[in-house]
Amino acid sequence: MSTLVIKNLQVSVDIEGGTKEILKGVDLSIEQGSIHAIMGPNGSGKSTLAYTIAGHPKYHVTGGSITLDGEDVLKMTVDARARAGLFLAMQYPVEIPGVTVQNFLRTAKTAIDGEAPPLRPWLKEVKESMTELRMDKAFAERNVNEGFSGGEKKRHEILQLELLKPKFAILDETDSGLDVDALKIVSKGVNRAHENTGLGVLLITHYTRILRYIHPDFVHVFVDGRVAEEGGPELAERLENEGYDRYLAPAEA
Amino acid sequence: MAAATTEGTAAPTTTIEHGNKAHSDGGWAATGGSFVPVQTRSDRFKSTDPSEFPNVEGFESEWKLTPLKLVSPLINDTLDGSVYEISAVGTTPEWIDRTDARIGSTGKPEEKASANAWSSFEKALLVTLDSDEHVDVTVTRSALGSAARAAHTIIEAKPNSVSTVVLQNTGSALLSENVEIIVGDGAQLTLVSVQEWDDAAIHVASHFATVGRDARFRHIVVSLGGKVIRLNPSTHLIAPGADAELFGLYFADAGQHIEQRVYVEHVAEKTKSRVNYKGALNGEGARTVWVGDVLIGAHAAGTDTYEQNRNLVLSEGTRADSIPNLEIETGDILGAGHASATGRFDDEQLFYLQARGITEREARRLVVLGFLSEIVQKVDAGELQDRLKLAIEAELQGVSA
Ligand SMILES: Nc1ncnc2c1ncn2[C@@H]1O[C@H](COP(=O)(O)OP(=O)(O)O)[C@@H](O)[C@H]1O
Ligand SMILES: [Mg+2]
Repeated sequence: MSTLVIKNLQVSVDIEGGTKEILKGVDLSIEQGSIHAIMGPNGSGKSTLAYTIAGHPKYHVTGGSITLDGEDVLKMTVDARARAGLFLAMQYPVEIPGVTVQNFLRTAKTAIDGEAPPLRPWLKEVKESMTELRMDKAFAERNVNEGFSGGEKKRHEILQLELLKPKFAILDETDSGLDVDALKIVSKGVNRAHENTGLGVLLITHYTRILRYIHPDFVHVFVDGRVAEEGGPELAERLENEGYDRYLAPAEA
Repeated sequence: MAAATTEGTAAPTTTIEHGNKAHSDGGWAATGGSFVPVQTRSDRFKSTDPSEFPNVEGFESEWKLTPLKLVSPLINDTLDGSVYEISAVGTTPEWIDRTDARIGSTGKPEEKASANAWSSFEKALLVTLDSDEHVDVTVTRSALGSAARAAHTIIEAKPNSVSTVVLQNTGSALLSENVEIIVGDGAQLTLVSVQEWDDAAIHVASHFATVGRDARFRHIVVSLGGKVIRLNPSTHLIAPGADAELFGLYFADAGQHIEQRVYVEHVAEKTKSRVNYKGALNGEGARTVWVGDVLIGAHAAGTDTYEQNRNLVLSEGTRADSIPNLEIETGDILGAGHASATGRFDDEQLFYLQARGITEREARRLVVLGFLSEIVQKVDAGELQDRLKLAIEAELQGVSA
C-alpha cells in the first residue's frame, strides 16, 4: 500500500518584479485506496498544489517536501512522477494539434509501463472505457483536446486515468463546467478506477455537488494557501450549508 | 502556439500591404512592422531575358532575405542547359523543343535567376497527364551534379484528367529552373515537389501554374534537404470555378536556408485559394523565409481566399521571416484572410505529455510531428506520405531535449 505525504509545502511563482508566495505550509497525507476532497474558494491555491505535485515548472517549491513511499517526488522530472504512479487530471487540458487520441494514449501507456501494450487487448480496453464514458468511437481519431467541448475534455482526462492506472490521481475541478449527466458519467469512471485499482484520490473542487457521486473519506478545507480545517464527510455538508465565509472573514466574537 | 501572431481579414475595396517580420533568435519572436513599398504584383517586371534585369545587389526586396553569395552563380554565370538524366514511374516524359507553344504559356520570369535558366535550357521536359482515372506519376532527379545548370519542365494536365505527380529531388545540385504547370478545365492535379537534396545543394526554382475552369490544383512543396532552397510558386486562377490549395512543409537545420515566395492571382470570378505553409527550424543559422502574395484582380468577383504560415522554433540561433500580403482590386469578394505566426514550443503542451509519463524528448517529437502532420496528411500519395513521416523523424534526430 502506497502513501503520498506532503509536509509543510511552500510554493511560489514568479510574477512581474518579484515572486508571489501561494502555498504557505501545506500538510497532507494520502493512503492508496482512500478518497480525499480538497475544497476551497477560488484563488486559495488548490490548482497550485495539484500542479506542484505533478511538477509543473512554473511553480517553485521554497520549502517542505513531497514523498511517495519515502521517495523524494520533488527530485523527479514530470514524466518520472507519472511513471511513479501520480496522475493529474487537469482543469484546463491543452490541445496537441496533429496528435490523435489513439496515438497519444498508446504512447503514454507505453511510457508508463515501459513496454508497448499488446495491441488487441489494449484496443479492447480503450474501446470499453470509451463506451463506459459515453465517448464516440470517432473520438480516438481526433487530435488531443482539439475542438473538444468542456465535457469531452474532462471525459478524456478520466479515460486516461482508467487506462494508465496510476496509484494516486489528483482531479483538479474535474466537475466544473459539467452538466449533471456528464458529472455522473465522469464520477462513475473515477469510482470504477478506485474500485478496480485501489486508486488513491485527491479530489479538488469548489462545489460540493460532485461529492454526491464520489464519496470522500476525508475533507480538507483550503484557504489562502493552507489547510484551514479538516474532517470527515460531514465537513462537506457543513460547507454546503454555510459556504466558505466563516474562513474568509473570521466571525466576530 | 504563442508569439508573433498576425491575423487579418480584408474588407472589400482595400489594398493591404501587410509586412510582418518575425524574428526568432533565442527569445520570443518579436514583431515589427517593416513595410515594403506598395506595388501591384501583376505590374512586376517580367522577362525571359536575363540581360533585361538589373544587376542583383542584394538589397532588392526580392533578394534581400536570400544568401546572395551562394545563389549568385545561378543569377550571373553561364548555365549548362543540356538534357539530364531522370527516372520516371507511371509516365514516359518527353524532351521538347524551345519552340513548343506550351513554353511560356503559364508565365514569365520575374527575377534574374529564373530568366537565366529560361534563356539557357536546350530542351524542356514534358510530362503529360490525360487519363480521367487517377494516375500516380513520379519523376526523380538524382544526378544533376554540382556544376551550375538550368532546367525547364512542363506539366500538362489535360482537361478532366486526374493525377498525382511527384517531383523527387535528391543528390547534388546547383540548379536554377522553371516549372510550368497547365491545369486544364475540369482537371484534378496534385503536384508534390520534394527537395531532399544533399547538404551542399543549391536550388532556385520558379513554378508557374494556370488553373482552368472548375479545375482543382493542389501544390505541395516539401523541402527538407539542401543548403539553399528557394522555390517560388505562382498560381493563376484564370477561369471561373478554379480552385487551388497550396501547401508547404519545411524543416531547416543548422546552416540551412529554405525560402518560398508564394503568389496566387485570382484572375477570374468565383475562384478559391487556400495557402498553408508550415515549417520547423532547428540549429544555429537555420533560416526560413515565407512570403505569401495574394492578388484579387478586378474581375475576380466572388473570390474566396485564405493564406497562412506557421513556424515552430526548436532551438536558439534560428530566424524565420513570415510576410503575408493581400491586394484586393474588387469589392465583391466572398472572403479574404491571412494568418502568420512564429513561436517556440508550447511549454504547456510539453507539460501535458510529460505528465502522462512521456519523456521530454518523445514529447517534443510528438509535438513537432503533430505540428507538421497537417500538411503531411495532404500528401495523398500513400507511399510518399509514409516516407515523409520517416524523413521528418530523421530530421528530429537532431533536436535536443
Ligand atoms: N502562474 C501564476 N502567476 C501568477 N499568479 C498565480 C499563478 N498561478 C496561480 N497564481 C495565483 O495564485 C493564487 C492561487 O491560484 P490557484 O492555485 O489557481 O487557486 P485555485 O485553484 O484554488 O483557484 C491566485 O491568487 C492566483 O492568481
Ligand atoms: Mg484551480
